[in-house]
Amino acid sequence: MYEEVNDQINEYANEPGQNQVYEYPNEPERELVRVNDLTKVYGKRTVALEGVNLTIPRGRIVGLLGPNGSGKTTLIKIMNGLLSPTRGNVWINGSLPGPATKATVSYLPERNALDLSMRVEELLDFFGDFYADFSRERAGEMLRSLNISPKDRLKSMSKGTREKVQLILVMSREADLYILDEPIAGVDPAARDYIIRTIIGNYNSNATVLLSTHLITDIENVLDEVIFLKEGHVVLQSSADALREQQGKSVDAYFREVFAC
Amino acid sequence: MWKLDADRPIYMQIVERIEKQIISGAYGSGDRIPSVRELAAQAGVNPNTMQRAMTELERKGLIAGHRTRGRVVTEDREMIEERRGYMAKEMIREFLWQMRELGFDKEEILPLLRQEVTDDV
Repeated sequence: MYEEVNDQINEYANEPGQNQVYEYPNEPERELVRVNDLTKVYGKRTVALEGVNLTIPRGRIVGLLGPNGSGKTTLIKIMNGLLSPTRGNVWINGSLPGPATKATVSYLPERNALDLSMRVEELLDFFGDFYADFSRERAGEMLRSLNISPKDRLKSMSKGTREKVQLILVMSREADLYILDEPIAGVDPAARDYIIRTIIGNYNSNATVLLSTHLITDIENVLDEVIFLKEGHVVLQSSADALREQQGKSVDAYFREVFAC
Repeated sequence: MWKLDADRPIYMQIVERIEKQIISGAYGSGDRIPSVRELAAQAGVNPNTMQRAMTELERKGLIAGHRTRGRVVTEDREMIEERRGYMAKEMIREFLWQMRELGFDKEEILPLLRQEVTDDV
């Protein structure tokens, strides 16, 4: 195991090229998302979110963590302008969810929203037409590396491949904010590793990735910040490493403690 | 993806791992370290976490920013040798502490150790 990784590293070490500077961003002007007193009530008494306050800076990969029914998807849908809040609001880059934010937010919904009969090349056209920040070259390159042909249709693909294609489309936008709702649910470990590497490899230090999941073990090493959502309330927002240091346990172990039934 | 424990800060484990690779010579003196992004993708960790580990390794003097080549392993071989000795001492102390916990005293440990070293091929 060790030798294998060492070899890989040596191989990389001999490659020419420049190191990218990746300063940890924490200046206040780097704020990207602000959620203020956000409340969503369905019908008369189903409270999905209550008085949620959050700020999320640029340049982070943030995990929105909570069990089923904790309000993750409601929060994500409000951020994408698919639901309107009962009270309070969300600002992304200083704008309320709407056409301006849709141009800079790249969203991977929990459930497939694409027409399964479409071919990959049609999906590329579709994304190119809809989003000015879509890079067809970047998407094409990633699809080629997976040996996915432009002529393939979504419906002929395995679930794992379909998830990869959707993620590639979403990550091929030059967005400020990537919102991924359960990006790794129900895929095999190899597909999961591919998805994680694609997320790391495609976002830049000026953008933020907000991803929701209840499968924390699989993804916690990638997160630099975590938000715990419990019954519609934010119960924790912390740097993942600070949490490990303070609690002496993994994010997953601490999550299980907070959400013990 | 690197094997990292989720219950200790990730950046610390990366620092330890790269430090070991420098000490063992897997990364030679003056070798270029891959970019933060490459390393982060290999390790399966966040680039910010990798950046933090690099900053820590720079602070320790094990790696340094190079004008045109990104980050390189220090050319100060004496310092690497010093860290090598320090790490060895740390591991020996840990070993002795654990042996004492098992109830062995110094007189017992040495012959046992000598035997194992001789048997080790």
